[in-house]
Amino acid sequence: MAEPQQTPLNKPLNKGPGRVLVAVYGVFALSAGARASVQIASKFHEAPLAYSLSALAAVVYIVATVALARSSAASRRVAFAAVGFELLGVLTVGTLSLADPAAFPDATVWSEYGQGYGYVPLVLPVIGLWWLWRTGRRT
Amino acid sequence: MPLRRFGWAGAARGAGVAAAGVADTLSAVIGALAVVTHVVSLALAVWAFVEFARHREPGRPLFLGIGVVEVLVVLQVIVLIVKLAGGQGPAEGSAQVTLIGYLITTVLLPPAGAVLARMEPTRWGSLLIGSAAIIVPVLILRLGQIWNG
Repeated sequence: MAEPQQTPLNKPLNKGPGRVLVAVYGVFALSAGARASVQIASKFHEAPLAYSLSALAAVVYIVATVALARSSAASRRVAFAAVGFELLGVLTVGTLSLADPAAFPDATVWSEYGQGYGYVPLVLPVIGLWWLWRTGRRT
Repeated sequence: MPLRRFGWAGAARGAGVAAAGVADTLSAVIGALAVVTHVVSLALAVWAFVEFARHREPGRPLFLGIGVVEVLVVLQVIVLIVKLAGGQGPAEGSAQVTLIGYLITTVLLPPAGAVLARMEPTRWGSLLIGSAAIIVPVLILRLGQIWNG
């Protein structure tokens, strides 16, 4: 891995707890991406909304993983946007999937607040935002 | 989680009840292998979490442990590939693609966790090994679900 460029004022994003976060994000980026690809390639017409959301979630996870791993000043902002979007996504889709189950005939990562994934999709962005906040404080 | 309904143990029990044959014996062996992998992997996870809680970096025993998990996973994956090539498992094309994706992920996860933990000689390295060790059983459960359709 290349030495991350960081602003001298911020703590690195990808060391210590951040490395665990990057690893877990990586697993989610991979699994959400693979799942969305298979769903879209094989049965997109069955649940276009759910599968589009799966793909969107996958892209956001990939962006968040890369941004956290790079740990530059610019990627810190990208990571903040991606992780924040993720929290909004899991809350919105989670609520919609409970309010209008007919719109989601097949599950996405974010359905029912990520229940199918042990609620990790709900917890992960909260930890991510905390980590961005913690490392972003001026030392 | 919908995971508990399936799993290799369930498949093995079901097979035992049905009839004795080569295929069933094989399922039982895979079931036993999956159980061993679960136990070893979860035990390693608990151990790694304790090391993390004690503020200790991952030592040789933890790396050895994740190595043992990897050996078990590779055995399991080889057996499944042989069975898949023999025409068993999911018939649907998309399920087969998903299955192969999971097989690759499951094999790569323990070494990836070990490499990251090597780069992190702090308590967080122990948490990395623990995380990898706790995700492996989840992947194997999902493999079982996909395999049984």
